[in-house]
Amino acid sequence: MKEGEKMEEDMKEVILDYIREEYLDEDSGIEIDENTKLISSGLVDSFSMVSLLMFLRQKYKANIPDEEATAEVFDTVSGIIELVNKYRQDK
Amino acid sequence: MSNIGSYEKRYKDFDWSLAKKELNWDENGNINIGYLCSDRNCELGLADKLALIWESYSGEVKKYTFNDIRIYSNNFADFFNKLGIKPGERICIFLDKVPALYIGLLGILKMGAIAQPLFSAFGEEALFTRLEDAETKAIITSRKHIGKVRRIRDQLPALKHIIIIDGEGMKLRDGEVAFDFEKTEPKEKFDIFKVTPDTPSLLHYTSGTTGKPKGALHVHKSILSQYITAKWVLDLTTDDLYWCTADPGWVTGTSYGILGPWSQGITQLVLEIGFIPERWYQAIEKYKVTIFYTAPTAIRSLMRVGDELVKKYDLSSLRHTASVGEPLNAEAVIWSDKVMGLPFHDNYWQTETGCIVIANYPGMKIKPGSMGKPFPGITATVVDPKTYEPINKAGVVGLIALKPGWPSMFKTYWNNKKIYEEKFRNGWYICGDRASIDEDGYFWFVGRDDDVINTGGHLVGPFEIESALIEHPSVAEAAAVGKPDPINMEVVKAFITLKHGCKPSDELKLDIVNFIRKKLSPLAMPQEIEFRDKLPKTRSGKIMRRLLRAQEWGEEIGDISTLEDE
Repeated sequence: MKEGEKMEEDMKEVILDYIREEYLDEDSGIEIDENTKLISSGLVDSFSMVSLLMFLRQKYKANIPDEEATAEVFDTVSGIIELVNKYRQDK
Repeated sequence: MSNIGSYEKRYKDFDWSLAKKELNWDENGNINIGYLCSDRNCELGLADKLALIWESYSGEVKKYTFNDIRIYSNNFADFFNKLGIKPGERICIFLDKVPALYIGLLGILKMGAIAQPLFSAFGEEALFTRLEDAETKAIITSRKHIGKVRRIRDQLPALKHIIIIDGEGMKLRDGEVAFDFEKTEPKEKFDIFKVTPDTPSLLHYTSGTTGKPKGALHVHKSILSQYITAKWVLDLTTDDLYWCTADPGWVTGTSYGILGPWSQGITQLVLEIGFIPERWYQAIEKYKVTIFYTAPTAIRSLMRVGDELVKKYDLSSLRHTASVGEPLNAEAVIWSDKVMGLPFHDNYWQTETGCIVIANYPGMKIKPGSMGKPFPGITATVVDPKTYEPINKAGVVGLIALKPGWPSMFKTYWNNKKIYEEKFRNGWYICGDRASIDEDGYFWFVGRDDDVINTGGHLVGPFEIESALIEHPSVAEAAAVGKPDPINMEVVKAFITLKHGCKPSDELKLDIVNFIRKKLSPLAMPQEIEFRDKLPKTRSGKIMRRLLRAQEWGEEIGDISTLEDE
């Protein structure tokens, strides 16, 4: 695995773990991957995603502007990774 | 020709007896809303007509006729009876937008209990507050949300039954029961509970400036208002395919997502998904939606996605579009007229009013950005905030006030008669919103008259947010206000002072956000937190939220003579 791919794979796991830990209920038995629709499927409310945005800004030193952190982008982990990669400064 | 025809004539001649006549509503007959929305349609020959077309998130489609709705709601009602739930007791529905929500609500009404729908995205503390206040006897939920219920259950002694609609095969705990309304033996006949016009029907929670959320209690005669407003404002007719995007956890989703359309025998579409522009446009095209009722937040989100997407779909089936939640800006009305060929008709009402009270009507000239005119049968004005006398001068801002007496007006706040009584002044019900009336009688919304925040069309009380914030070990004081947002009109911003020895940092901010997220309704989540050394206060020590809010909105700060000395 190339360095870039590994970084992306690591980021995917970090974000998925954060979502599982912070937003999902263990009792629900819901499983997610990078393509699971999070907001539009009702798993996570868009208003609650503010903490994930703060987390991403801190973890990846990514200055993501508020106007780009839309519910559409935050609907999947893939979309989130793409956005973080655009702004991360720790590469 | 629209259902309402001439607004002026309707307003002049209106009498609520018209709604009674059309619904064959006789106080001595069967006036249970559950009956009027299901059995009555079957008796009128609509048994095989589709009542509900439901599309799941994954695209699965289920269709229910009015006869299905009748039998399945009987199944629910019979099941509640067998559990020992009594008329007048509260049954909460804590579900996503699935068929069990819509049909179960009618089942609750049919056996005389009070339906308490709650938004399924609520966190456990938001859920707890509302169940505790209502002393809810039973809750209908699903596997997806059972964890939240289980974590608060021990603190709710009144909660005896937890009904899980997809609970078959689950390891159930004490008091939990699985119930699949489609798999149980069809209950062809059910002895519907006989109600009076003032028998309680629904309990919807809403927020105020102070204290906990309040339960607005509605009664069975409210259907008269919901029926006639759905007919005249939304212009529903027999052949329509109607889509209301609201979640029945909120009042729009019940008054106009269940009761208004079904009391008229209208086929309606429900999508389980939240806002996905492509799926929304696809749904209008696929199901040939004719009447579309949504919220300004959704319309502004569609605008943001752009005109190219909308052009890919055939939306020519649409013949009327309406909007409610917060004021619809003029740009959104003009945009929809341009790209959809129809302007959105804004209207105004509240959880407490139970029905639309001010609206732009089909066939009436829209003034983009205006709320419209009072519904026939509703006397509305703006009053002076000090004297509560009507302001009879065009363009002068006052408090929106309604003359009490329309059928769907709430009866009280649950366990809170004092606050209920405070809503009435000088013979008027005071809505808590400011507006002006122009020379043509159109109302123009200005803003809230209190510290309540309107985010995405939902009211959020600052008290709940501040209480959650100050529970964090580092937070000394907190103030929550609305700040401008291009999509949601307002979002919550919190100002915080820290306890001695705590230092502001991004890490602390994240910790605070995660701490309160599980306690609050998602809508109440601050989208921004700002640390301050001190918060502005009055000399008596009360935090001046209005000052903080004015700063966010770039408004004049106004009178600060009561501000504490530096």
